Amino acid sequence: MLEVKDLHVTVEGSEILKGLNLTVNPGEVHALMGPNGAGKSTLSAVIAGKDGYEVTSGEVLFEGKNLLEMEIEERALAGILLGFQYPVEIPGVKNIYLLKAALNAQRVARGEEEIPAPEFMKLVREQLSFMKMDGSFLQRAVNEGFSGGEKKRNEILQMLVLQPKLAMLDEIDSGLDIDAMKVVAEGINSLRNADRAILMVTHYQRLLEHIVPDRVHVLVDGRIVKSGDKNLAHELEARGYEWVLEESAA
Amino acid sequence: MASQEMEELVSREYTQGFVTDIESDTVPPGLDESTIAFISNKKGEPEWMLEWRLEAYRQWLTMTTPSWAHLDYPPIDYQAISYYSAPKKDEDRPQSLDEVDPKLLETYEKLGIPLHERAALAGVAVDAVFDSVSVTTTFKDKLAEAGVIFCSISEAIREYPELVRQYLGSVVPQGDNYFAALNSAVFTDGSFVYVPEGVECPMELSTYFRINAANTGQFERTLIVCDKRAQVSYLEGCTAPQRDENQLHAAVVELVALEDANIKYSTVQNWYPGDENGKGGIYNFVTKRGDCRGDRSKISWTQVETGSAITWKYPSCMLRGKDSVGEFYSVAVTNGRQQADTGTKMIHIGEGTRSTIISKGIAAGRSDQAYRGLVKVGPRAKNARNFTQCDSLLIGDRCGAHTFPYQEIGNNSATVEHEATTSKIGEDQLFYCQARGISEEDAVNMIVNGFCKDVFQELPMEFAVEAEALLNVTLEGAVG
Repeated sequence: MLEVKDLHVTVEGSEILKGLNLTVNPGEVHALMGPNGAGKSTLSAVIAGKDGYEVTSGEVLFEGKNLLEMEIEERALAGILLGFQYPVEIPGVKNIYLLKAALNAQRVARGEEEIPAPEFMKLVREQLSFMKMDGSFLQRAVNEGFSGGEKKRNEILQMLVLQPKLAMLDEIDSGLDIDAMKVVAEGINSLRNADRAILMVTHYQRLLEHIVPDRVHVLVDGRIVKSGDKNLAHELEARGYEWVLEESAA
Repeated sequence: MASQEMEELVSREYTQGFVTDIESDTVPPGLDESTIAFISNKKGEPEWMLEWRLEAYRQWLTMTTPSWAHLDYPPIDYQAISYYSAPKKDEDRPQSLDEVDPKLLETYEKLGIPLHERAALAGVAVDAVFDSVSVTTTFKDKLAEAGVIFCSISEAIREYPELVRQYLGSVVPQGDNYFAALNSAVFTDGSFVYVPEGVECPMELSTYFRINAANTGQFERTLIVCDKRAQVSYLEGCTAPQRDENQLHAAVVELVALEDANIKYSTVQNWYPGDENGKGGIYNFVTKRGDCRGDRSKISWTQVETGSAITWKYPSCMLRGKDSVGEFYSVAVTNGRQQADTGTKMIHIGEGTRSTIISKGIAAGRSDQAYRGLVKVGPRAKNARNFTQCDSLLIGDRCGAHTFPYQEIGNNSATVEHEATTSKIGEDQLFYCQARGISEEDAVNMIVNGFCKDVFQELPMEFAVEAEALLNVTLEGAVG
């Protein structure tokens, strides 16, 4: 589904990704781990199409299409959705309005009719209660005055409504207490199915106790230096990143 | 002035080369006392009105054009303007929508203007516009039943001279400022509203006005008087882009609210802003002022300013009555080469007076705008309160927004708060929306409308919807 081949990316003149390779198949959950500044968030930003990242070589294919030539919204409409580490506030724009606009953009892109209001409300209310969110959420401005936990839940709510093919979650566990973590993890687990892939960027093993990955990758200095199954995450938790660095240098 | 002299002045005008074979109802360009006499005579005005105009003209001669505004435009040649022309004859107008610029029609479409109004707005001959006449008549009957007077200012001067004489110029005196003085001397159009004691005007004075607004004049004069415990909501202008051959517009609006009266005045201004270099756009120099004359009276200005090449406009409130309330809600959008210097004045005179100012400025393209606001609290205005919030949103990096808040506080029991922010339309906000599949243009519209929400919710419902659409049209192509 997603193929990243020898990807080199520079940000403001300095090279962050230095030949990254990654293949993600439908149905798989991948965890991307690594120390601070390794380029984890850069990868998801480049895949989503954020400005300010210069791809100097390599390619990124999504379902065989060259992602790097597509506009940001085209990538989203193709089925890639990025859950943000720090979701931005948009004053005056109601949450429900953004959700509906996003869902309708998808439907229109597929050549479908816009969703009728009652159907939309039913869909949203179901997902809302699944995420243990209050109905008042919908009437509040996007992320404005939301607590850290509320922002993250809101990101997952959007995923549940928009049903992406590839869900990318950037440090979705940061700033969450245990209860919020459980709700968020349940939301993500409910997204798992045979057709969908999930790519999680995280610092900590903690999240992976709740969402068990199929593959774990260690990203160091712009390259994936080690990949393994869920046990790799345990090992990282126990031993830190040093030994991986040494191993890859050897 | 004796009527004989007046006639002399008028006829002198004729001998100075008034060309009868063009159109007998148009004066050649230029301004002197005889032009004013001609206008007054054409309008069938009483003598006191002519005197009033001439007084204004003489004051105007001693004044100079204000230079303090943050605006840049070539000097205006006031002798090159024709100060009176009769309404266009029907045979000179487009006879149907087929003859109207398709681009204009496309914009009406985008704004969702009802079909039967489009023709009127595009200036199609009135008898070709179905429905509008009968609609107007229905409104008139309903208003008459309630005792509300709503007519052109010229008609009011003839039909209700006592009311007009009592209130005209009582809020904006003839010599108030350069443009107000000019307007007082030569105004030819505008509206008059009188709502009698205890009457709540049975409808928004909007739809009616909209249909008739197609022929707004260059020097409009509007006077609205709300008697004790009366209420009215008035909407000026319309969302449809209006073209006009007259480049200079200098209107005066006066509002008078007596005890417990409530006036809500909403404006949607969308004059032609000129081409992308600002050429051919309207200069809009307006004086708008409300007088909360009675205790507990309230005047609320809401404006959405998207048009004109140059806007110079500061709707103000004189809070004289005890516990009277003034409000100003404004959205100003500039794009291309537009310039806007707008804001408000809240003058607290009476005890316990309160005012609220919410100003939202959005600048895109190479436009430039300024918020200029004065909050003045007089020595007798015990416990006066003001809250001001001005936010500016910049789109792109070639535009500018400036805030000039002035405060003059002459009473230490007053509470005055001011909050101001300037932000660039967040690339993070855009990215967030686009990463959810929303196009850049829709994302900009969504963010901008969110930014303006506090003001839009003050507009009458139907116009709030149109105002949103209008913003979207104005900012088309602003990003990217």
